[in-house]
Amino acid sequence: MLHNLLLIKRQTPSKTMIYLSPLLAIFLTLIASVILFLIMGVSPFAALHSFFIEPISTAYGLTELAVKATPLVLIGVALSLGFRAGVWNIGAEGQLIMGGIFGGATALFFYENTGFYIVPLILIAGIIGGMCWAGIVAFLKTRFNANEILTSLMLSYVAALLLNYLVHGALRDPDGMNFPESRLFSDSALLPILLEETRLHIGAIIALVTVVFAWILLSRTLLGYQIKVTGDAPAAGEHAGFSHSKIIWITMFISGGIAGLAGAIEVSGPIGQLLPTISPGYGFTAIIVAYVGRLHPVGALLAGLLLALTYLGGETAQINLRLPVAVTGVFQGLLLFFLLASDVLIQYKLKLNKSVEVAP
Amino acid sequence: MDILIPAILTIITAATPLLFAALGELVTEKSGVLNLGVEGMMIMGAVIGFVVVHYTGSSVLAILASMLAGALLATVFAMLILVFHASQVPTGLALTIFGLGLSALIGQSMIGIAYDGIPKISIPVLSELPIIGEIFFHQDILVYLSLLMVIVVWWFLNKTRSGLILRAVGDSHDAAHAMGYSVFKIRLLATLFGGAMAGVGGAYLSLSYSPLWVEGMTAGRGWIALALVVFASWRVGRVLLGAYLFGGITILQLHAQALGIGIPSQVMSMLPYLATIVVLVLISRDKKQIKLNAPASLGKAFQPSR
Repeated sequence: MLHNLLLIKRQTPSKTMIYLSPLLAIFLTLIASVILFLIMGVSPFAALHSFFIEPISTAYGLTELAVKATPLVLIGVALSLGFRAGVWNIGAEGQLIMGGIFGGATALFFYENTGFYIVPLILIAGIIGGMCWAGIVAFLKTRFNANEILTSLMLSYVAALLLNYLVHGALRDPDGMNFPESRLFSDSALLPILLEETRLHIGAIIALVTVVFAWILLSRTLLGYQIKVTGDAPAAGEHAGFSHSKIIWITMFISGGIAGLAGAIEVSGPIGQLLPTISPGYGFTAIIVAYVGRLHPVGALLAGLLLALTYLGGETAQINLRLPVAVTGVFQGLLLFFLLASDVLIQYKLKLNKSVEVAP
Repeated sequence: MDILIPAILTIITAATPLLFAALGELVTEKSGVLNLGVEGMMIMGAVIGFVVVHYTGSSVLAILASMLAGALLATVFAMLILVFHASQVPTGLALTIFGLGLSALIGQSMIGIAYDGIPKISIPVLSELPIIGEIFFHQDILVYLSLLMVIVVWWFLNKTRSGLILRAVGDSHDAAHAMGYSVFKIRLLATLFGGAMAGVGGAYLSLSYSPLWVEGMTAGRGWIALALVVFASWRVGRVLLGAYLFGGITILQLHAQALGIGIPSQVMSMLPYLATIVVLVLISRDKKQIKLNAPASLGKAFQPSR
């Protein structure tokens, strides 16, 4: 069978396939998950219903989707910018945690105070935290040529341990009977809620604004142009006088800052305190968001919603069908696999062997 | 002496999984393929090894199964990059994300189950020797295997024709292709070998290092192994050195507490990650040196012109 199918390189990449490929990948992931559920002895229909329909069949469910999508969209957009430039910041999880630490520490510092200024300070502190962490990576890359994939990832482990240390020590709740968690933040340090009776907070709007800004940055500014050229044709970029180091610093600062912002939003939004773990791997899932979203801000918005649904669905399926939460991770991995495989159709087309001419 | 022998034993146990994974990745990279999925292949090896030993009681079967698991995951990677022309960096990341998820799913029912660990093999007479007897001749089979693999990989890469061809493919896939070697086949085999080695490295963690299954128990060791390959400048002997250096850092972590040094455990746990960064910086700052040693086609897609 396979012998009869050939991949023929296209003259120009297919624009249609760029957008069809994620849909094809989603379709293939669904088929694979049906097989997975059958192996696990669960009715595929019930499982898919729990995963993808039930969580968003109520208004409250939709707001929860937005809550989960907020960090994913933010970081997905942030990583898209870096990946476009060929800067592989894989450590967004660490930058998110540092943003959480900085934002959380700010919230605890103003514990006795009230005032409208506290929330903006928390968010700014989060951005600074993420930028610092990403700045280390940019420094090591530009100054010492150290691989940013490995350094940013190693720093993620360090950030997780640092948070763990702080909630066991300096930032621990003094009245918390030695539990490793901080005080609950004061009301002035919590993000304003958009809809009564839900957890939907102002962070969702911040994420939408970020999408718009990133879109404008990429399509309408010189910096956006430089980012794209550096990624697509580094040599041409150098020739045009775009500094590669500058692009690394800027994309790392932007992606780290936004990841840090997402961390601050998480701790002052849905969580409301510092815990030993503040993210179920949003920083890593955001890599998938960026890819499924075609490294485009608007794509990242849609992909962020989809991946948020896998988190929500995982929780629902755990309650309804006692499926392990780990199914979510398998879903996400499969989706990225199928996407990468489907992407072959952007550069190549399938052809039956019969009609192929023999090379001269 | 009372501290020294346990310390050296800990160095060996901490170094062994890194040694396996890094040796495997070294061969993969020598063929020009950069597989960032080491962490995912390791953790699959860890969980499959544990499941098999739990149900069959055979550590040999468990080790073989872990190799198979790593190699299977590597096959997925190889198919994506070699057949579907996917780029290597995101595909490797996908492998890690998928492996972490699937291992958590498979290991769900294994949490809290204990295992005695693979038996140690005492080499007669030699293991009776004072000090070195316990260190060198009273280890489990995987420790011996890891050291044997150092020699095998070195010999293969430097002393055999196949090793030469593999390096040729990694340095210039176009030239190797023109000479009639199958870039596809050689890269596939090198990637499979890397997967099997990562798998057995993971199995060492769940069968010997801390014989139980914990979600995410590789804790970044796959990534450290990737860094070790850079640290070693793609040379086998230096992989051995690097792995044991990192083993040494891990014992600091375990023994500092025993000695009553008042450093928080989390800070000590950061050491291997911080050391990885330091090592990367020291090695990478000399761009020329990296360029000289790295396989020239590393990470590049192969596109046969005819």
